[in-house]
Amino acid sequence: MTRITLALAAALALALATGAALAAPKSYEVPEPTATLRAPKAGTHAEGFEAAQTNCLVCHSVDYIAMQPPGKGVAFWESEVTKMVKVYHAPIDEAQTKAIAAYLAETY
Amino acid sequence: MLDRRDLIRRAGLTALAGLGGSSFASLRALAGDTATLPFGHGERPLAAYPGKRPLLQMTARPPQLETPFSVFDEGAITPNDAFFVRYHLADIPTEIDPETYRVAIKGHVEREVSLSLADLKAMPTTEIVAVNQCSGNSRGFFEPRMAGGQLANGAMGCARWTGVPLKAVLDKAGVKAGAVEVAFTGLDGPVIPETPDFAKSLKLDHARDGQVMLAWGMNGQDLPWLNGYPLRLVVPGFYGTYWVKHLESISVLDKPFDGFWMQKAYRIPDNDCACTEPGKAADKTVPINRFTVRSFLTNLTDGAEVKAGRTPLRGIAFDGGSGIKAVAVSTDDGKTWMEARLGQDLGPYAFRPWTLDAELSPGAHAIRARATANDGASQPMEPRWNPAGYLRNVVETTHVRAA
Repeated sequence: MTRITLALAAALALALATGAALAAPKSYEVPEPTATLRAPKAGTHAEGFEAAQTNCLVCHSVDYIAMQPPGKGVAFWESEVTKMVKVYHAPIDEAQTKAIAAYLAETY
Repeated sequence: MLDRRDLIRRAGLTALAGLGGSSFASLRALAGDTATLPFGHGERPLAAYPGKRPLLQMTARPPQLETPFSVFDEGAITPNDAFFVRYHLADIPTEIDPETYRVAIKGHVEREVSLSLADLKAMPTTEIVAVNQCSGNSRGFFEPRMAGGQLANGAMGCARWTGVPLKAVLDKAGVKAGAVEVAFTGLDGPVIPETPDFAKSLKLDHARDGQVMLAWGMNGQDLPWLNGYPLRLVVPGFYGTYWVKHLESISVLDKPFDGFWMQKAYRIPDNDCACTEPGKAADKTVPINRFTVRSFLTNLTDGAEVKAGRTPLRGIAFDGGSGIKAVAVSTDDGKTWMEARLGQDLGPYAFRPWTLDAELSPGAHAIRARATANDGASQPMEPRWNPAGYLRNVVETTHVRAA
């Protein structure tokens, strides 16, 4: 009797485990970003660098910045940072926007 | 003209090939291996994400991965673990239960429907071999360059997709009279709620053409996670922006969709060439739509040295669905042309392989391949330009030296 109960219990446990395995949600581990922002030239753009660290990384990794064409200048980067504010609604004020753009134009 | 091939550092690639697996552990182990695409700021880590072989990592959050161009020489079907990855917004799904997953069909319909994967798989299934290509594929080659994802030619791939026609799913819900468009959202979303969620739309007639499908299968397997597991939209012949991943809702609309990603983003100049003077904005734009016709040489990379004499050339061509009529190949920078032999026809939306045995005399050769589609469209010899860097399809040039 005890043996039969145990066998049944074992079979039931196996069935539950199998059922649970089939129904389990699947998951995906996205590797963490490793790239970091380039430091500004010594003694310059500290404010823009810090504002970029605080704001840009909220929504995306910094490789988005590093891959953009080199040497595009301030107008290009102001347009990009402004797009982040106006289009994607990043909460960055105007002074910070200008500081970030100046830092990016100088550094990338 | 610039090289169109990604220049993989040989040593790095060989080391990667030996690893085989694609676990998270191997990604960390691979840190430091890089490839350099042939344009400024073209350095890319080669990263092996779960389910993927080492690919060119354009961005990490959200993940955007480009296929190394050498993969396209392996055949007309792009393996799942090599297929490119493109996301817009960083809140991507990391847990999905295939038992409880549902896609909702709602809006201007007779009855709202919520379908499980089992429901979909119980319907008559359909298959199509079709290219998916990112709108911004090859953006890094535009001159002047513009902001955006800086891709070489590897944001494309061709797979056999398995699923159900969108039409059949819409019929289950019953499209009401007066419907004009169908909009799609996926489980991926923005980090901050104020950012416009990614959503796209198709005209109703297109959505009901019987070819647009909801696919769960890719090359005989479940969709890779990063390619839209467990269900994505497949829009044969249309740019990848419409191929919404991790499908969440399908909304039938009685007026045109007004979402940001249709009305402001992914727009092309509304003129015959879909182009503007380089550096200039377009007066009028329309949503991006069908692929332009393209062809590529796949077995020789720019700068290759080959033995003089008879040299086998091979490559691929595709267009937006009329199918490839012919591929012409020049080994003298376009002065004279030879007709290539077309390979296996996997359907009008697939990569069409081509081959040609060329006689290469000692010296430098600029090899060019130009496809013509069944609709008569061909590729321009000089690149066209548009502000967003879409639709690139200039006749490619590969410089080789025979000795």
